[in-house]
Amino acid sequence: MSAIDDQQAKFEVTIPSDTVAGQTIQDQIIRKLEELAYGDHDLFGIRLALEEALVNAIKHGNRLDPQKFVRIAWQIDSNGCRIEIEDEGEGFNPVEVPDPTADENLERPCGRGIHLMRAFMNAIVYNERGNRVVLEKTRTIMESEPTSE
Amino acid sequence: MSTRKIDIEEVNGVTIARFTDKKILDESNIQIIGNQLFSLIDDDHRQKVVLDFSNVEYLSSAALGKLITLDKKVKAAQGELRLCAIRKDILEVFKITRLDKLFKIMETRDKALEKF
Repeated sequence: MSAIDDQQAKFEVTIPSDTVAGQTIQDQIIRKLEELAYGDHDLFGIRLALEEALVNAIKHGNRLDPQKFVRIAWQIDSNGCRIEIEDEGEGFNPVEVPDPTADENLERPCGRGIHLMRAFMNAIVYNERGNRVVLEKTRTIMESEPTSE
Repeated sequence: MSTRKIDIEEVNGVTIARFTDKKILDESNIQIIGNQLFSLIDDDHRQKVVLDFSNVEYLSSAALGKLITLDKKVKAAQGELRLCAIRKDILEVFKITRLDKLFKIMETRDKALEKF
């Protein structure tokens, strides 16, 4: 893992299919966002989207297989962040995931992760195979912030 | 035995279960929390349950899944589940998923205990 640029933090790591390893990366990304003074609501949404995407990759993509890894790449600056998460699974078609907010699905215990990612991020884009997702979030400028340097 | 993830209090026949963690994230953690909640119904046969979220700052969709299962268990036992003291960001998660329609959500613990 290496920092390419201090101003625009850009990292890439590979982790085993273990949610604890996912939590460590999550904390690392959130710390960087905190350093850049992202607001609480942005931090909440990005952490939630990251959690959902990492759990999807580790549990559903790689099926917790210790022989498989998850690649995470992220670029963060004071304007926004872009996080790419790729697993070694077969992939899936996000269009086929049933709408969790439909009346008939409301009591299903799973299937809300993608819906939450979409709600809290500005964009979530899957590759064709469905084993890589890109999450993008533009930082929300708070009213109290100065608009120029 | 895993550490206790919920504090239990009994008020006038109502069980108040308060989450002790700030983050209800990570699969293994959520599994433990789920088991401790389910035990309130399956083992202790409690029927009136209030879940107090005052400590909770983050929760994921996997946690929502456990809450849905808990709600089903409580209903199957002819009981009632109420949720309270949910902070704004998390309430938004319930609204986005429309689970605010499924659960009885009260602003405060006192309101959750009213007419229970």
